[in-house]
Amino acid sequence: MMHNSKSKLLSMQKGKNLAKSSVSLVLRYILLISVGFVYLYPIIYMLLGSLLSPGDQADPTVKWLPTVWYFQNYSEAIQTLDFSHSFLRSLIVAVGPAILQTAVTAIIGFGFARFSFPLKNLWMVLMVATFIIPVDVTLVPRYVLYYQYGMIDTYLPAYLPSLFGQGIKSALFILVFYQFFRSYPISFDEAAELDGAGKIRVFLKIAVPMSRPAIVLSLLFSFIWYWNETSQFNLYFGSKLPTLPMQLEQFTARYEAIYGAATETSKALSNSTTLAGTALSILPVIILFLAFQKQFIESIERSGVTGE
Amino acid sequence: MKSSLKKASLSAGTRNALWGYGFIAIWLIGFFGFTLYPTVYSFIISLNDVRLTSNGMQFTWRGLYHYQYALSVSGDFKMQISEGLTFIICATIVVVVFSLIIALLLNKKFPFRTFFRVVFFLPVVIMSGPVISKLLTGATVNFSSHGELVYTFLNDLPSVLRTPTLFVLENLVTILWFSGVQILMYLAGLQKISPDIYEAASIDGAGSWEKFWKITLPHMKPMALINTVYTVVEISNYSGLGINKLISNNVFNQTRIYSYSAAMSWLYFVIVAVLLILVFLVFKLFGRSDK
Repeated sequence: MMHNSKSKLLSMQKGKNLAKSSVSLVLRYILLISVGFVYLYPIIYMLLGSLLSPGDQADPTVKWLPTVWYFQNYSEAIQTLDFSHSFLRSLIVAVGPAILQTAVTAIIGFGFARFSFPLKNLWMVLMVATFIIPVDVTLVPRYVLYYQYGMIDTYLPAYLPSLFGQGIKSALFILVFYQFFRSYPISFDEAAELDGAGKIRVFLKIAVPMSRPAIVLSLLFSFIWYWNETSQFNLYFGSKLPTLPMQLEQFTARYEAIYGAATETSKALSNSTTLAGTALSILPVIILFLAFQKQFIESIERSGVTGE
Repeated sequence: MKSSLKKASLSAGTRNALWGYGFIAIWLIGFFGFTLYPTVYSFIISLNDVRLTSNGMQFTWRGLYHYQYALSVSGDFKMQISEGLTFIICATIVVVVFSLIIALLLNKKFPFRTFFRVVFFLPVVIMSGPVISKLLTGATVNFSSHGELVYTFLNDLPSVLRTPTLFVLENLVTILWFSGVQILMYLAGLQKISPDIYEAASIDGAGSWEKFWKITLPHMKPMALINTVYTVVEISNYSGLGINKLISNNVFNQTRIYSYSAAMSWLYFVIVAVLLILVFLVFKLFGRSDK
């Protein structure tokens, strides 16, 4: 009798939990969809808006869906952005430094994680501090430095700092690698050393393969951040070697230089053309992200970004 | 025998230290060359007038003149700094809380989770000044146009509360776009809480509300600190911020080349640094009240 009522109670509890969890699932979806809309809306707006023909733009009944797929905006935007050149420049500015930054921060992270040496704590603190120093503070002296060495209007200001572990958010990646190299047992290294492997071999053959997620994370984030960087690079080589986002910043001015300012004879730069330009400058990164999104998310979950 | 052993272990220690320095040598060079030297140099520039001549730069000592100019003569700097600071503070609070909520929602397994994760990581990918400004000027979901009820409600609030609330509402979309990395950090943190703790709490009869306050939140505190610092640094460097535009537009200022911009960036740095110290103090205070 008692047993019976107990199991009844249990099944009641179960039913209650089930109802509760389905309510919370619905709530979760409502919240996620409504907030996710904030991120999706501009993207959808950009993609659909970039396909509106001049007729559709003038038509107040056309709000979202274009009546015809109009790709003229894209060809104008490609002209305005000088797409093939700018795209290549963006690749040069993003791929090289991303690889360099990953390799160098891994080496530095290994040094901090696996060796003890005098003043180590001081250097660690200073390294974290470099993350906090705003870009603006070192903007002018770096410019002067690059100017003195004749590096203005070359890609070197993007490459050099990353070669020395001072690239965009390098401190963050050093910390990620530091965490990672500390998290696997040191006995792995010791065993290899007993077998006669040197420190460099240990780093290359054990530490690096073990830190795959950190490498993926560093490569992807570095690529994205270098691709999107404009405020510093504009000053260093923006006038001679503008990347896609820099061209986008100057979009209106460039459009008018090519197609003429809005007069009675020539038409004004349309919102749709600007949107097409925006899409062109961001799509390469979005495609990369979608292609690697699984590795991207796994790398974050496994790379111990959080620390202990 | 004993001394030779000691010698051997000491040399092993020295060797270890040398290897350590070998691995971080590249960072040391970079730190002095690309960070410390420019930082000191920028401070010197800010205290001088710079003249560009055919044989290099010529300095004339001006002391704190450029700082005074920024603070008392030019109205631009004060206006941009107070606007920037409002943005940084309001946005940081919203981002740190909002990204925790989203991370909690995304953490458990449910259908279409992959899709939602992709959507919520979009800001990480698109966080670029020019793109954001192009996209959000045209596509912002604007609350001011159809939120009259909100406004009448807000009008009844004291202005201490009204101003920041209004500000957040008007910039909500932009602010939310800063939450990408923070969501990821919280997610990584949430993955690390052992399910055993939750199970033990359930056995003790804790509801999900209690579990959130007693388990999740304390575990997320270190993450929240990292995220707050990260958000403050990230937003203060955002190229769309008026103060950053002001600083980079004045680098080649005709009358006060380099110096004025350097002085403003130092003032800005000090203000952001004070803000970061306040963040640490607030978190320390919370840490105490827990125990």
